[in-house]
Amino acid sequence: MSTSYYISLITAIFIGGAAGYVGSLMATKKMSLVGDVLSHVALPGIGLGLLYGINISLGALASLILGIILIWILSLKTELSMESLVGVVFVLSLAIGFLITPEDELLHALFGNISAVAMPDAVAAVFVSVIVFISARIIYSKMMLAYVSEDLALASGVKINKYNLIYLFLIAAVVAFGIKVGGTLLTSAMIIVPAAVARNISRNMRQYSWLSIIIGVASAVGGFAVFPFLAARFGLSAVAIGPVIILASIAFFAISLVFKNK
Amino acid sequence: MDFQDNQNLIENKEEKLLERVEFILEVKNLTVSFGEEKAVDNLSFNLKKGENVAIMGPNGAGKTVLLKALLGILPYDGYIKWSKDAKISYVPQKILPEKNLPLSVEEFFKMKKAGMEQAKDALASVGITDERFLKKMIGTISSGQLQRVLVAWGLVGNPNVLLFDEPTAGIDIGGEETIFNLLNKIEKERNLSIILVTHDMSVVYGFADSVLCLNKKLICHGPPAEALGSEGLKKLYGEGVTFYKHEH
Repeated sequence: MSTSYYISLITAIFIGGAAGYVGSLMATKKMSLVGDVLSHVALPGIGLGLLYGINISLGALASLILGIILIWILSLKTELSMESLVGVVFVLSLAIGFLITPEDELLHALFGNISAVAMPDAVAAVFVSVIVFISARIIYSKMMLAYVSEDLALASGVKINKYNLIYLFLIAAVVAFGIKVGGTLLTSAMIIVPAAVARNISRNMRQYSWLSIIIGVASAVGGFAVFPFLAARFGLSAVAIGPVIILASIAFFAISLVFKNK
Repeated sequence: MDFQDNQNLIENKEEKLLERVEFILEVKNLTVSFGEEKAVDNLSFNLKKGENVAIMGPNGAGKTVLLKALLGILPYDGYIKWSKDAKISYVPQKILPEKNLPLSVEEFFKMKKAGMEQAKDALASVGITDERFLKKMIGTISSGQLQRVLVAWGLVGNPNVLLFDEPTAGIDIGGEETIFNLLNKIEKERNLSIILVTHDMSVVYGFADSVLCLNKKLICHGPPAEALGSEGLKKLYGEGVTFYKHEH
């Protein structure tokens, strides 16, 4: 295995864990779709990055932050729900992203490309993952309280809007630094699936949050472990690692359905 | 009842009267609007310290909106002033946790930064003493238990004002009786003012020192027997509404 393979593996482990953790906060109903489609808002930035030779993570981060601010302003100016606003910004980003991303790079933007992950990317991903984890841990119980009852949270002095915004930025960070490994599709899957698995089998918040991290990491490791065999058997290119990681997480999901608590 | 008891009673009453000079809450010209519509329209009233107040009114009268404005979680026009030592806590009408919400009762209390001792103490106040209860998922407990948990949650941190939004809503008759007893017990045990929204006349008569009738505007305010004379009720709910007091 090449060094690049291990560098990608480490990146995927950290991003998988961080994504699983922030994903578990998506219990907040209003946020569920938000976090999911937000990852695709990175596309125009990736496209620009590829066009002008800028680091695509930075491009992605820029377009994510722009997208979040746009969603935020719209949500303050209109009565529309967060879901529909994110939907609008999502399709806008998708359209622009597809128009400006060079055609032969589109697959990489969507599914990632491990051979493109260099040492600095891995270092940045690890660093960002740790920051995201710590920040999410700080806001975790307040976000959960807001999910249980917005009124209770507000009455207890929780600034829900502020925490929602922080939360969106955390997702943006995970997506921006996860895309090289898995593209926008993988990172959104890593945000959604581990939390769904954990929710099926956990009985309290502690189990739930830790399981989300563990499943995120395990999916990354599982995907990387299986990939060489699949690659050898079916002649897959490096681009396919993202989908294999998604399949690994879905396998965990299937298992969790069997053990689902009643 | 012997002479001494009577004497004590009189002294207690006098003490209470002295306390009541102080207001715990002053509200002047309070208006809460949603767009063009006024949910609460130009309310002014004062609440005395230690007073238990029932807020009554038909559906859509702005009762919950008033509570939320008092809590400071809804924007409003006008003036709301809590006394400096007021420590307010809120018990919402209902929360609807999903059955599989991964949150235990214990963790729910931890969200209020309460030590476990305080949580247990508060739960004991609402009649829950089984320690195993703390490990249960919050979505799986019955609505009566959930109501008790919410009350206990409100008690954590030792507030001196408790705002209840329809504490009887969504609980069966048996449970309703206990919530009513519970209010009395908590009020005596913890010496706090309870402001509650309710439709339940027996709660109003049996529990509240004063009643505040609301239909966007303030319709009446005073001790239940005075404020809720049949004229007051007609004004609040329309013609043909009377209430026969239950004797308990």
